[in-house]
Amino acid sequence: MKNMISSAPPDSPDAVAVSEGPLQVDVVAPPAKKAASTNPWVSYLTRRLIRLVISVVVLVTAAYLMVRLLPGDPARLSLGPEATDEQIAVRRSELGLDTSVFTQYFHFWENLFHGDLGKSYSTRLPVFDVITQRMPATLEISVLSIIVILLVGIPLGMAMGEATRGGRNRWLDAMFSSVTGLLTVAPVFVVAAISIYMFAITSPVFPVAGRSGPSSYVLPVLALSLSSTCALARIVRAETFNVLEADYVRTGRAKRMQKSRLFFRHVLPNLVTPTLTFAGLLFGGLIAGSVFVETVFAWPGMGPVVVGSITNRDYPLVQGIVMVYGVLILLINLVVDLLIAAVDPRSRITKL
Amino acid sequence: MTTLTTVAPATRRIRSFVHQMRTPTGAIAVIGTVLLVGLAIFAPALWGAEATEVNVDLIAQGPSPEHLLGTDSAGRDILLRTLVAARTSLMYGMLATLIGVSLGVIVGCLPSILPPWIGRLVTAVVNMLVAFPALLLVLFLAVFFGQGATGAVFALGLAIVPDIARLCQTMTASVVGRDFVSAAKVLGVPRTAILFRHIIPSVTDVIVVNATMAAASSLTAMAGLSFLGIGLQAPAYDWGRLLSEGLARMYVSPAAALTPAIAVTLAGIVLTMLGDTIGRALGVTPVISMRKLAGLPSRSAKPEPDRAVAPQPENVLSVRDLHVSFPALGKWVTPVRGVSFDIARGERVGIVGESGSGKSLTALAVAQLIEYPGRVEADAIAFDGVDYAGMSEREVTTHAADLGLKMSMVFQDPMSSLNPSLRVGPQVAETAFLHGGAIRTQASDQATDRLAEVGIQNPKMRARQYPFQFSGGMRQRAMIAMGLMGTPKLIIADEPTTALDATVQRTVMQVLDRVAVEHGSAVMFISHDIALVTGFCERVLVMYHGEIVEDISSADLVAGSAVHPYTKALMASIPTLTTDRSRPMATVADFMKEDKS
Repeated sequence: MKNMISSAPPDSPDAVAVSEGPLQVDVVAPPAKKAASTNPWVSYLTRRLIRLVISVVVLVTAAYLMVRLLPGDPARLSLGPEATDEQIAVRRSELGLDTSVFTQYFHFWENLFHGDLGKSYSTRLPVFDVITQRMPATLEISVLSIIVILLVGIPLGMAMGEATRGGRNRWLDAMFSSVTGLLTVAPVFVVAAISIYMFAITSPVFPVAGRSGPSSYVLPVLALSLSSTCALARIVRAETFNVLEADYVRTGRAKRMQKSRLFFRHVLPNLVTPTLTFAGLLFGGLIAGSVFVETVFAWPGMGPVVVGSITNRDYPLVQGIVMVYGVLILLINLVVDLLIAAVDPRSRITKL
Repeated sequence: MTTLTTVAPATRRIRSFVHQMRTPTGAIAVIGTVLLVGLAIFAPALWGAEATEVNVDLIAQGPSPEHLLGTDSAGRDILLRTLVAARTSLMYGMLATLIGVSLGVIVGCLPSILPPWIGRLVTAVVNMLVAFPALLLVLFLAVFFGQGATGAVFALGLAIVPDIARLCQTMTASVVGRDFVSAAKVLGVPRTAILFRHIIPSVTDVIVVNATMAAASSLTAMAGLSFLGIGLQAPAYDWGRLLSEGLARMYVSPAAALTPAIAVTLAGIVLTMLGDTIGRALGVTPVISMRKLAGLPSRSAKPEPDRAVAPQPENVLSVRDLHVSFPALGKWVTPVRGVSFDIARGERVGIVGESGSGKSLTALAVAQLIEYPGRVEADAIAFDGVDYAGMSEREVTTHAADLGLKMSMVFQDPMSSLNPSLRVGPQVAETAFLHGGAIRTQASDQATDRLAEVGIQNPKMRARQYPFQFSGGMRQRAMIAMGLMGTPKLIIADEPTTALDATVQRTVMQVLDRVAVEHGSAVMFISHDIALVTGFCERVLVMYHGEIVEDISSADLVAGSAVHPYTKALMASIPTLTTDRSRPMATVADFMKEDKS
């Protein structure tokens, strides 16, 4: 992968700092002259990581302001209505509320770096502990769902795209469109309820509640991935249509190669970018879906915590969840962007 | 082509809506929406009292004639409760949509009227928010609004804002760049006036369609929040609350959970289909309907006598009575009708004609590249001794090596005809690798040679680059190099220089000329540039409305001995140094009119 664009020698890690210096004149690759002194990967990664840091700062600041801007006194809120004025005063200084806003904001960051996200109002437990204890179960079904979504959605969409392009196999087209259309619209909690009815009540095959053994994962993962799989398959099919109509595929056909080669070598690489972009959006949506799935199947993950934090107005907990989920989504976006960059040479050079 | 300019836009819109309502999707969407809205308006008045009245004698009963789907834990009819809940579900979903779309449009239009730096800031914030899933925003906002319907509606509404705003931004940005907006700016029209008079009207269609889609997801999302207990609070109820109440008793009476579940899904589908239908009617998404196609028109039984000659083996290409048809708007159109011609070995034949005259389709049909649903019919398409007329796709495949090595194609648009994801070298080398029996390294060496042959400097390095690193002229030369991997007996060049500027055009023509001479290839050169064609080809075929109207040598054509009125008109409309420049430029249509009168 490295050095495919520029013909400059491999860069040392400090190449970015050096890039401000005089440009090497590179007679071999005139079009790549500007990038010649820096490996495109290094500069791309730098730009992308700077963007990530900015996003995290904005996210944390927003989460901080979210609780700060609330009406009411956090000290009173955290102690409940029966607290005396003295208790509240002690609490205020404990929470650092008697210092300036900037000091508090700085303090907030300092705590973050120590893994201190404050204490839950309702349970008095450290938010950090609550999240680290609950998160693994949520991540399990989410990661499994991502795997299912990608492994089913992409091949299904491509196969359907190839089979139904230009009005071929119209009954297949109609069937695919209606079934996936229906399942894409069906909300996660409806899919969950119906899957309980079908696989647990009518024919008791899978357990419906709790996390115990491999079979207990089936229904939660099914409910969480079904809509997204169908949505992805639809998008991939539409993209396949677009690519198959492209001029360069006609060029490929003019070379008279086997259909499989045409598809895997000429069509597939051009599907990767739009597919990954859309899949990235779907993964963000899984976070919402997991809350429903965990509620329905009594899954011991973040779902009940999320719902409880809102019903109990547990601000530190909401703040912690927003930050952790926010960072998670930013990381997913980063991974998707890096994957796209690895596959699509254009994105490294033209896009930020 | 039929013209629709005589029909007023409003009438056309109504017609388009009526047409869409007749399709299955459209019909279901419209009927479903009417039912849904009807339920929301009338159901609470009709059954509201009955649906809320607690009846201790009927607690949690199964289906019965009085209560078709049974009763819930307070003895209330499940079906009636579900029907009555249509109002709350629909209402809160619509409210959220209304809030979200209005705010989204405002935020989305801000960048086009605010000072640029604020505009960029707004764009950046919106782009960041789009990446966050709605639930996270809802979570965030629920803190401000608290749990309950008001909070949920505002939160859902605000969650829509980034999506709509971004849509609006991209749409307005593209409209702002257009000429009529620039013109208005030059005329000194205030920015807000430009916004309301020019920008908003041109984006409404897209906004309406997306708002309908947003309504569908708001409705299900609102039900979701109620389901989790952070939306509507008891004693009020919507489908989400009914579902969560029913879920607890799923084992006793599944209907209690399934009925509201189905209701919310159906409502979501109906609204999605409505958005789809409106989109199709407004032309936001393209529609291809091929269901009611009229029968394929049969070819004329009698070919012209002088064209009926059997294909000659000394010709590299013989085409007899070629028809190409496509389904369009419910019927078959035949853009190529009864074309017959020969190309001798090493001969250069130009095909000229206006766009839509069938030149490119003729070339594609000759190359066996017309795809389903297009139809090719001919008495003969004989290339290098093999007649491809009437062959199935599979039979053509058996001649893949022949076609791949002996016939080479140079396509119109160099920008889009090379695969953007593959390096140029392997793309050029592929034919030799596929059919020439070359192993990969040989093929790539050969490709480097060919790239050098078409005048690409530094071919080794260039071969490792991607098409986006090539200029237009270089890409077109790479296309020609690609065609030279075999020993082409026929080069089909379909407007190879149209997309290039005049100097690059000359280089490409020189390359094509040298290549044809060196390899002794015949050339089928398609262009609408008569000067270019007569300079390059020995013979010219003039196409008009899908037929060849003139077959004439270049010399005769230049000398003015064309017979067909279209050719005469075509020649006469080319401006020369002696053309009277005080008169408007003559067009083909002017001459055709003159000829008829």
